[in-house]
Amino acid sequence: MALKDYVFKKSLWVFHFGGASCNNCDIEILDCLTPRFDVERFGIKLVGSVRHADVLLVNGSINVRDKDRLLEIYRQAPKPVLVIAIGACGCTGGIFAESFNFAGPVDKIIPVDAYVPGCPPKPEAIIAGIVALINKKKAEKEVEHAA
Amino acid sequence: MKELFYFLVYPGLAFAATVGGILSWFDRKVTAWVQFRKGPPFLQPLFDFLKLLLVKETIVPAKGSVYTFLLAPILSLFGASISAVLVLLPAFGINAGFSGDIIVIFYLMNIPPIAYILGAMASANPLASVGASREIKLIISYELTFILALGAIIYKAGMSLSLADIIAAQSGGVFAGSVSGILLLIALLFCAQAKLGLVPFDIAEAETEINHGSFIEYSGAPLALIYLTKYIMLFTLPAFIAVVLFGGLSVEGPQIIYSVLKVFGLVLLVTLIRNTNPRLKIKQAMRFFLLWMNLFVIIAFVLTLFGL
Repeated sequence: MALKDYVFKKSLWVFHFGGASCNNCDIEILDCLTPRFDVERFGIKLVGSVRHADVLLVNGSINVRDKDRLLEIYRQAPKPVLVIAIGACGCTGGIFAESFNFAGPVDKIIPVDAYVPGCPPKPEAIIAGIVALINKKKAEKEVEHAA
Repeated sequence: MKELFYFLVYPGLAFAATVGGILSWFDRKVTAWVQFRKGPPFLQPLFDFLKLLLVKETIVPAKGSVYTFLLAPILSLFGASISAVLVLLPAFGINAGFSGDIIVIFYLMNIPPIAYILGAMASANPLASVGASREIKLIISYELTFILALGAIIYKAGMSLSLADIIAAQSGGVFAGSVSGILLLIALLFCAQAKLGLVPFDIAEAETEINHGSFIEYSGAPLALIYLTKYIMLFTLPAFIAVVLFGGLSVEGPQIIYSVLKVFGLVLLVTLIRNTNPRLKIKQAMRFFLLWMNLFVIIAFVLTLFGL
């Protein structure tokens, strides 16, 4: 079991779902892959098919049309899959929260493992979010062992 | 019993996959250096493989042909392992192989792409069908170049169809040392690039365009086997080029350093080509091989006939 957790943690492949985003978060996510931050150091890689993905990054406000697609994408992902909501819109709805076509923040539609707030969040914040997620999984394991 | 050991451990599945994993790390690390990044840790290919094999769920397509879909990665792994064995046995001087093994290797190296096509067609995904059709077109285009280049090498080796004889014919001087040899090296490198599905010719699995194409529906353990096949092919093709143009991979004493340098040098060339070129359209790739590369190899062949 320890080996499974270790290899999963060491090789997180990321699939990027952009909702009705203003593209600021998309650009900050791409910044994480550029030479300055280079998340490939930690084995994190952007993949093009959700069937290969371990982490689903969701950003942008989720409107009525996006909702079905997000659910479909989540169901298509092979489990275990982690979900990270990025940016103010993904976490809470941000300035679109009162909008007529807003279908709820991401965690109303699919279970979310980590939130990275910010408009847009800095690449450092996104990396910190992923680190927090990995540590959270570790802490959950320890609680399970203690119980 | 000995054959089983050859196939499963050395120089087959286990050995080729280990070296291929190291080469895959080297490929990603060099890519990172080219882009001024730090790159992944040394064990990254192992982590990727184990994660896909042990942790992830395997999803089979509801409307596809399940058995073909799941057997295709196994078939590709077998094809890659057997071609690795047949290339490496004469290359390491373990045994001499048999007469005509270069033709058998030529066919066996086609099994992984054909298995990818089968798997993609069985997955009932439109993007996978696009990937499969592109893969078929790519095979049709590069195979003629590949067999013409092998023909020139067979002629150079005095009409011998055995890899061991080709290595023996190079004991005086390697084939890559002549003008025609350099032309053949360039042609074979491009063919290797297309066979490995690396960037100028990664049309069949363009991840930004048709979302990994042929492999779009694969997840979990079958995807792990596909990655293992890719690791093995990343070792087998440079080893094959080293055998036919650089006089084999001797593992006796200090010779082993030269062998390692040959393989890593060829992979470095492949990686640099992959990092300095954009993806071609399928039409451009077919034109490149069917017209220009064939012309190139025919020139090399004529030079060979004149003994240059």
